[in-house]
Amino acid sequence: MSETTESSVMPAADAEPSTRMNMIQAINSAMDVMMGRDPDVIVMGEDVGYFGGVFRATAGLQSKYGKTRVFDTPISECGIIGVAVGMGAYGLRPVPEIQFADYIYPALDQLVSEAARLRYRSAGEFTAPITVRSPFGGGIFGGQTHSQSPEGIFTHISGVKTVIPSTPYDAKGLLIAAIEDNDPTIFFEPKRIYNGPFDGHWDKPTQNWSQHPAGEVPTGYYKIELGKAKVVRPGEALTVLVYGTMVHVALAVMEEAGVDAEVIDLRTLVPLDIETIEASVKKTGRCMIVHEATRTSGFGAELSALVQERCFYHLEAPIERVTGFDTPYPHSLEWAYFPGPVRIGEALKKIMKDA
Amino acid sequence: MATDRVPDHLKPNLAPLSLYVPEPKFRPGDAVDFTQVPIPPAGKARRPDPADAADTFIDLAFDLVRVLDDEGQAVGPWNPRLSPDTLRAMLRSMALVRAFDERMFRAQRQGKTSFYMKCTGEEAVSVAAAHALDYEDMCFPSYRQQGLLIARGWSMVDMMNQIYSNTADRLQGKQLPIMYSVKEAGFFSISGNLTTQYPQAVGWAMASAAKGDTRIAATWCGDGSTAEGDFHSACTFASVYRAPVIFNVVNNQWAISSFSGFAGAESTTFAARAVGYGIAGLRVDGNDALAVYAATLWAAERARTNQGPTLIEHFTYRAEGHSTSDDPGQYRSAGEPTAWPLGDPIKRLKDHLIALGEWDEERHAAQDKELAEQVKAAQKQAETNGVLGHGLHQPLDTLFDGVFEEMPWHLREQQAQMIAEETASGRPWARKA
Ligand SMILES: Cc1ncc(C[n+]2csc(CCOP(=O)(O)OP(=O)(O)O)c2C)c(N)n1
Ligand SMILES: [Mg+2]
Repeated sequence: MSETTESSVMPAADAEPSTRMNMIQAINSAMDVMMGRDPDVIVMGEDVGYFGGVFRATAGLQSKYGKTRVFDTPISECGIIGVAVGMGAYGLRPVPEIQFADYIYPALDQLVSEAARLRYRSAGEFTAPITVRSPFGGGIFGGQTHSQSPEGIFTHISGVKTVIPSTPYDAKGLLIAAIEDNDPTIFFEPKRIYNGPFDGHWDKPTQNWSQHPAGEVPTGYYKIELGKAKVVRPGEALTVLVYGTMVHVALAVMEEAGVDAEVIDLRTLVPLDIETIEASVKKTGRCMIVHEATRTSGFGAELSALVQERCFYHLEAPIERVTGFDTPYPHSLEWAYFPGPVRIGEALKKIMKDA
Repeated sequence: MATDRVPDHLKPNLAPLSLYVPEPKFRPGDAVDFTQVPIPPAGKARRPDPADAADTFIDLAFDLVRVLDDEGQAVGPWNPRLSPDTLRAMLRSMALVRAFDERMFRAQRQGKTSFYMKCTGEEAVSVAAAHALDYEDMCFPSYRQQGLLIARGWSMVDMMNQIYSNTADRLQGKQLPIMYSVKEAGFFSISGNLTTQYPQAVGWAMASAAKGDTRIAATWCGDGSTAEGDFHSACTFASVYRAPVIFNVVNNQWAISSFSGFAGAESTTFAARAVGYGIAGLRVDGNDALAVYAATLWAAERARTNQGPTLIEHFTYRAEGHSTSDDPGQYRSAGEPTAWPLGDPIKRLKDHLIALGEWDEERHAAQDKELAEQVKAAQKQAETNGVLGHGLHQPLDTLFDGVFEEMPWHLREQQAQMIAEETASGRPWARKA
């Protein structure tokens, strides 16, 4: 079993200065820290320069590090990633932003055929040490082109890592680790929880990160190793595998239902922390998988297969997958689409039926 | 080997390389001075015969076709010599677009919907084009050509129903507000993903040509959007097959916070893109409705007579924010919109009609009032079908309509699951009748 997390969960006690941050500020701080430490780190993307990004994630970086290290780009996602690959080949460490995950598709060829394959096809002569940041996920009335969760497309590609944080603390530590990593990494930022941990009750006011322990973030350097999940709630009754926004939704449902669930925030989808998953499911005998992305060929299918392959004889109920529906993300009916408390609650009843 | 390229004796004299990153002339707080922007006088640009070969008028890709001069007169070879009735109809459509924008922007601010985008200052680009094209010609717009629908006489109530995602929304609440789709009015479904409509317009035009049809296609994208690969694919295909298509680049000089220099405008014009592809290119004063009309008509004639595609750059200015999510005061000087030397397209057409003795300020003010009332009445009617801010109006089970023509088993299962959830939630939503 891996020494999951607890050491890396909270800021170290040795009085590193820390402050309250929302997830955008934490992401901004990660880039700031890395640009300060490594002159090869550069930030690029649509509107990221003077303006500081449409979500303000790069605010202040251009005035601090200059236009040749933080710059706006033409509106060409294919160009952004292709140029990042070339800069990486030179020896830089680019952190390109794709304004919305829904706009990453024009860049697919550069990501799939190039960034992900460069190390392999050149036998390590060339690599693509790039970290592609992109806000993803719905729940903001963004309609079908500002709401998608395309992580499953990237986990299917050999050669890219996929990272999804669920708190400001994790976002900063994971982003620093991704930037330091020598392989291409897709870093999807759950924009629904940029400002606070959303519990799935869309018709009730949302908490701010200032009220959440993981909104306390060290101002300096620290990293959270990629490939390590985090047990956010230990329990015995069932294992819930989840990431991003859905971590908070699932946690709230488990608390409200009074079920002793073990909730695991995967944090990195590829490479996956299989040891933590396996140990947990073998302990609880039940496994629920929750993601906002569409169901068919979603990452939940992979998780379900892995759990079945490794924990079959420990399972006491069929694995439950709770996901978005296999439709485009609708505008007005987004809360009927979103895998919220009711959908998770129904799955919980099913999986706990014979417990 | 590479080191042999620069002889050793020259190396000490070479300055180190430096990376150029464009920067707009004015930022918040800066005084604005547009005197550097070259504005040729109205009437000066030549007008080639629409049958001329594209490489015989390359100069027009770097010029500026202008018809309306500073005195409100229509001058030069591009003057389309429109009847006063047509001029008044265009003026009315442009003013209606502005009134519609004002009202819907406010509706978003009042929490009645999630999003809105105005086209203030760019009304001539779409309205004049709609007047110059045939109603049967197919339009592949971006999100800022609401003027096409208004000028084609499409129902404002219908547009508002879409903006509100209400029970009468023809798109069943599935699309972000303003992402209209109106096949009946020759208006293709708007995509949120930039410039995807460009090659699609070429394909439609190629199909029309292959079928021996008479209809042509027209498409629009912004200055920033010309950077997308789809733009360049479209130009290549249109050139290869001489597709009967009109490419419109609406150069309003901003793409959210990025000025047009990030799309290459510091080095050349957008119309000049046409030159590299061997297609006809025109650069037009986009705030001059008569110039837009004349250029569109000229390009349409080329397309209709198998002379192939034309790329028209409409030089204009985005007078307001990108959308309701944007505050331009954060990245550009507040003085820009008023200092823009090509003025307000509505005022310019109004002044022309007045100079002709075919209009006056009183009639204009009365028309503005009438249009505001008309928009208000439309809004009132649309709101009887509900507004997004007051809850969900779409029947729950429409969520699964239209993923495929026929619903496969897995979607039927998920639909049943959704209905069960609704029951379990204790908060039933409307169902399809
Ligand atoms: C593929 C894609 N990338 C990015 C975006 C985000 N985006 C929406 S509008 C816009 C700016 C477009 O500017 P421009 O083409 O000049 O058109 P304008 O808004 O000025 O009319 C951007 C970057 C998008 N919608 N699609
Ligand atoms: Mg623009």
